[in-house]
Amino acid sequence: MAETRSRTTAQGTDTAGDGSTRQAAGAAGGPAGTTQKVTIAKALNLGLRAAMERDPKVVLLGEDIGKLGGVFRITDGLQKDFGEQRVMDTPLAESGIIGTAIGLAIRGYRPVCEIQFDGFIFPGFDQIVSQLAKLHFRTQGRIKVPVVIRVPFGGGIGAVEHHSESPESYFAHTAGLKVVACGDPVDAYWMIQQAIASDDPVLFFEPKRRYQEKAELDTSATPFPLHASRVLQQGSDATVVCYGPMVRTCTDAVRVAAEDGHRLELIDLRSLSPLDLAPVFESVRRTGRLIVVSEAPGESSIAAEIAAQVQQECFYSLEAPVLRVTGFDTPYPPAKLEEEFLPDLDRVLDAVERSLRW
Amino acid sequence: MSSPEYWTKPWPSSSADIPPPSESAPAAVAARPTAEQVIAGLRATSEGGPDLVQLLTPEGERVAHPHFDLDITPEGLRDLYRDMVLVRRADRECNALQRQGQLGIWVPLLGQEAAQIGAGRAMRPTDMAFPSYREHGVAWCRGIDPTELLGIFRGTDHGTWDPLEKRFHPYTIVIGNQVLNATGYAMGQRLDGKVGDDHQDDEATIVFFGDGATSQGDVNEAFVWGAVYDAPVVFFCQNNQWAISEPMERQSRIPLYQRANGFGFPGIRVDGNDVLATLAVTRWALEECRSGNGPVLIEAFTYRMDAHTTSDDPTRYRLSDELEAWKLKDPIERVRVHLVRGQFADADFFAHVDAESDALAERLRAYCVDMPTPPAERIFSNVYAESSPPLDRQRDEFLTYLADFDHSGGAH
Ligand SMILES: Cc1ncc(C[n+]2csc(CCOP(=O)(O)OP(=O)(O)O)c2C)c(N)n1
Repeated sequence: MAETRSRTTAQGTDTAGDGSTRQAAGAAGGPAGTTQKVTIAKALNLGLRAAMERDPKVVLLGEDIGKLGGVFRITDGLQKDFGEQRVMDTPLAESGIIGTAIGLAIRGYRPVCEIQFDGFIFPGFDQIVSQLAKLHFRTQGRIKVPVVIRVPFGGGIGAVEHHSESPESYFAHTAGLKVVACGDPVDAYWMIQQAIASDDPVLFFEPKRRYQEKAELDTSATPFPLHASRVLQQGSDATVVCYGPMVRTCTDAVRVAAEDGHRLELIDLRSLSPLDLAPVFESVRRTGRLIVVSEAPGESSIAAEIAAQVQQECFYSLEAPVLRVTGFDTPYPPAKLEEEFLPDLDRVLDAVERSLRW
Repeated sequence: MSSPEYWTKPWPSSSADIPPPSESAPAAVAARPTAEQVIAGLRATSEGGPDLVQLLTPEGERVAHPHFDLDITPEGLRDLYRDMVLVRRADRECNALQRQGQLGIWVPLLGQEAAQIGAGRAMRPTDMAFPSYREHGVAWCRGIDPTELLGIFRGTDHGTWDPLEKRFHPYTIVIGNQVLNATGYAMGQRLDGKVGDDHQDDEATIVFFGDGATSQGDVNEAFVWGAVYDAPVVFFCQNNQWAISEPMERQSRIPLYQRANGFGFPGIRVDGNDVLATLAVTRWALEECRSGNGPVLIEAFTYRMDAHTTSDDPTRYRLSDELEAWKLKDPIERVRVHLVRGQFADADFFAHVDAESDALAERLRAYCVDMPTPPAERIFSNVYAESSPPLDRQRDEFLTYLADFDHSGGAH
């Protein structure tokens, strides 16, 4: 840890709706009455509702998603409005949820599966990597499997084991899948609809510890493309790249660094597969420095992939080695230790300083 | 653990427990078996048992069954015979092609012709089938030319037929996956309103898997889903007695069809070497599904006469006695005897079918040897429905790299 710094908390630098730091959030100002302040949870709910209204083939499957509205209440009220045939409380088996969703997709439906917690996706892993990812390729495009799998992911909620994992790299490693993570309510609202509209299978990661964070949502705005990373803050001293729950952490870090006179460029990846690294390369060529931030263990991860590609593309522009701030290469620890495990403001700022001092 | 009655209730294993075709109620929940019953069940596992539905004996004699019967014309009989002879011949030719190095591997069908032709011919064009990897006979019934299977085993593709047009899903290698996929598809048929009383456009799904597959979680999950959602799906298990080297006793303590009881739908064991019985039972099961009374489990009791695949060596694990015993139950021979005895076919017919199968084998061979290797571009094509710029870049770079070799005249 940085020797001079006291442990700063994200709450200490609350941005109260981080729209101010965003470069082009919801660029088009819609007609009056379409803007509301919503949480990520609500934005997802609204996005699912919009997708279901638009396309009667959209069906939701998952454990407890009906009357209960899901353990995080993301599907709250949807069964009441769309019926049990479109919002299905399934038996308790993840391979069953995903395996039958594949069959429904072959039949012409657009199933959206909810996996209750990240650590429970593994019983469904086989169906995802063996069938979902490969059917389009195997059939030379004759079968499309537009299945979305929603996964609340990441730690920071004080949960018991298997409830705080970051398994996104497994899926980004599998050809045929698209993998995205939203970081704020605006993206949550649009990205879930774009994922459902996509003809490819999409693993949709939701930052569960950010579910209750709010921002202004303009539902008449033009959405940002699904598979594009986005510059949230422009800067010239170093580039910080992150996604999902780390968007908020890094937004805070960028602000705190600014108080110290460091102008950081902040990029939200949004899409983990395919990766849109062009904006990252462009940024690193200007700043010469890159810090990649992710909660997932760093070894063989998306963060590792970005570091490798950046050194390959930006070798002559780099003033410092690419640094990674990630979870440790350990199982997720007991809750009382998760604050140590998770990258926080201090660890991000420490890496920024190490990079700048190089 | 449970009351004494629980252990002493009769084991519901007589054929009277099989719901008659007109009845739709799922079989009653089974009581826990006694030790004797377990042993009797195990014996049934290897011998067929009293519940085996049979319409044509191994000696070629038609027998009646109280619940399942079949009205079939001599022409219908001859067609079934022809189907079986042709798929057996295609299978033998592919086995030979593998031995000659033309195919990387082959998965033999030998011995399972009746199970597959009976099930395949029970389907309507609108029904959907999900195979595992041995269902060459079902593919045949779906109008898929055997040449379309070759690429899978030669390594040029993963199957070239259009699964939605042929209503025959791609072969699935991972044991059990397709059983869930089929169940989901069947749920979709129900959501689409294709299940009910309108017999014009009602649909059902049938999914094929082996005895070994019944141990998989996916198959058990599919049973749960099928039951909970009343999915119009026929679970068609070809119990060919072996999962590579593992016999039935390694998969189950009770006969497989009896498992359906525990999930709340009917399970029926049919003589899988009897094409008439398989046809009758599968027709009934599909109709149950189309009219909304699904799912149904069918255990087609049969035997894999050849190796598991061409990479297997069954002499290491099974006795030739067993093979000899099953030879007497050959699915084709019994139909042939029946055709001859009943004077349903003459020598010309048999000669014609033989000539047809020779021609098929020759065509397969020629096709196989001439199959082109697809261009390298195929590695990258259709990985995604929508584009992936990083993958597109990777493809472009690799194709440019390959093109360099072509220009310089070098080999690659
Ligand atoms: C999940 C999985 N595990 C192992 C294998 C390797 N394997 C291929 S076939 C087979 C035996 C399957 O037996 P069964 O289900 O009875 O089908 P059969 O081939 O006899 O028709 C095994 C173990 C596989 N394909 N998939």
